Amino acid sequence: MIIDLVKYLTVASTLFILGIWGIFLNRKNIIIMLMSIELMLLAVNLNFIIFSVYLDDLIGQVFAIFILTVAAAESAIGLSILVIYSRIKGTLAIDFINLMKG
Amino acid sequence: MNVEVLLFYIFSAIAIISGSMVISARNPIHSVLFLVLVFCNAAGLLILLETEFLAMLFLVVYVGAIAVLFLFVVMMLNVRITELNESILRYIPIGGIILLIFLFEILSVINGDLVPFFSSKLFVLDSDYISLNHNLNITFWSNQINPLTNVASLGEVLYTYYVYCFMVASLILLVAMIGAILLTMRKRMNVRKQEIFDQVYGNINSNVRYIN
Repeated sequence: MIIDLVKYLTVASTLFILGIWGIFLNRKNIIIMLMSIELMLLAVNLNFIIFSVYLDDLIGQVFAIFILTVAAAESAIGLSILVIYSRIKGTLAIDFINLMKG
Repeated sequence: MNVEVLLFYIFSAIAIISGSMVISARNPIHSVLFLVLVFCNAAGLLILLETEFLAMLFLVVYVGAIAVLFLFVVMMLNVRITELNESILRYIPIGGIILLIFLFEILSVINGDLVPFFSSKLFVLDSDYISLNHNLNITFWSNQINPLTNVASLGEVLYTYYVYCFMVASLILLVAMIGAILLTMRKRMNVRKQEIFDQVYGNINSNVRYIN
């Protein structure tokens, strides 16, 4: 590991912060919000793997595999909910998603 | 300059730039394609970290499944190109302040515990504490004993000590698959199928006729 630990962590933290920023900049666009959640999960995954390599502990990579599993499952269900929401409502506007009509 | 350092800078620069383009692209299809670019560069960073199995796993699962799923949904639904309305501009100042505070917190934690990133004169933490170790000498114990590949080492751990977590992860995937199918399946009305029960059930003397 020639490259510093802090440099790797900076990349992961920057991706995490970009994901957070994407969520509260794109409140109207649900697909960009879901993609920002995937960005945050990727950053956390990178963080786990980076620390697993630098602390010589394999549990970080094992947990990264499980985070990958959960990210895939959550994006599948989230996107299917989005599909049937647009099928019922006819549009993707989530401004009035808390109303029970429709 | 080393090839690895150069590759690290290339991968991380493209990853961060693509990440910022994901959240700020006007066309959602461009956002998904930039997300694919972020995933690919993260896989490249993982190859630099000598975890090649996880890098390939990222490519297969993140790019091959999740990003393709996003692309399917974006292309299938009628996602319009969003305009930059004033609500986004309203969120930028307070969002930027929160973001800078968060970034400062993260960098101060990293600076205090690990290798100093900035010069230690900028952060007056404790006057008695002097950071001596500017080059952290890391001993690669795994390379000295018996070199295992990333796949083999993960396999030795995942199926023995963490086998229950592994099975629970497979259950999570099963539940997600059932949920996704159940949510989006539509019954078609005019499909011609065989109703085996109606065909088999009943009196054979009234249902079957002998034709000469």
